[in-house]
Amino acid sequence: MNHYETVFILTPVLSDDQMKEAVEKFKDVLKQNDAEIVNEELWGLRKLAYPIQKKSTGFYCMVEFDAEPTIVKRLETAFRRDERVIRFLTFRLDKYAKEYADKRRKLRAQKAAEKPAEAPAEATEEVKEA
Amino acid sequence: MAANNEIRYLTPLTVDTKKKKYCRFKRSGIKYIDYKDPEFLKKFLNEQGKILPRRITGTSLKFQRRVAQAVKRARHLALLPYVTDLMK
Repeated sequence: MNHYETVFILTPVLSDDQMKEAVEKFKDVLKQNDAEIVNEELWGLRKLAYPIQKKSTGFYCMVEFDAEPTIVKRLETAFRRDERVIRFLTFRLDKYAKEYADKRRKLRAQKAAEKPAEAPAEATEEVKEA
Repeated sequence: MAANNEIRYLTPLTVDTKKKKYCRFKRSGIKYIDYKDPEFLKKFLNEQGKILPRRITGTSLKFQRRVAQAVKRARHLALLPYVTDLMK
């Protein structure tokens, strides 16, 4: 079992429901292949540093999971087959990265617990900026 | 006699003591460099978005490799540009 992290960018043309549906789809792909999802972060609509497929914004989504190495290939095939995904990156976390990810996750959980209303408000702000 | 021949300055000489460069990751104990934080990674890029050499930033070889890795990941995910002008 390895610890992996994957980030993918969805096209900004999708509606909120479509976006969530796409994220669910990839999580299902992972679940079906006996991967254990550790963490999931939706970064919302962000401006891209350079245009990809003539689009200047995209929905960022990050998923951390524990899985066997063979699963990565299947996940990436799923990414390639899906037109909604404009960019993806999957890689294995080493021990230091894992420590960092744990810390980050705890910090985020803490923040979410302190101010539950703040997180969604931030997300909408980002959308407005973009 | 020797004392009279000495050159004397009105203002004390400013001897160029070079500030020693250091690896900020070693000093602050950072072990993993996050690609998700483009603002931090920008410290290691020049105006065109190129990675600065070690001789300028003072980063140790081990962490220079990790910086490079993080920058490249950030570029792939469009968090940082591959080429640009006037980034800062």
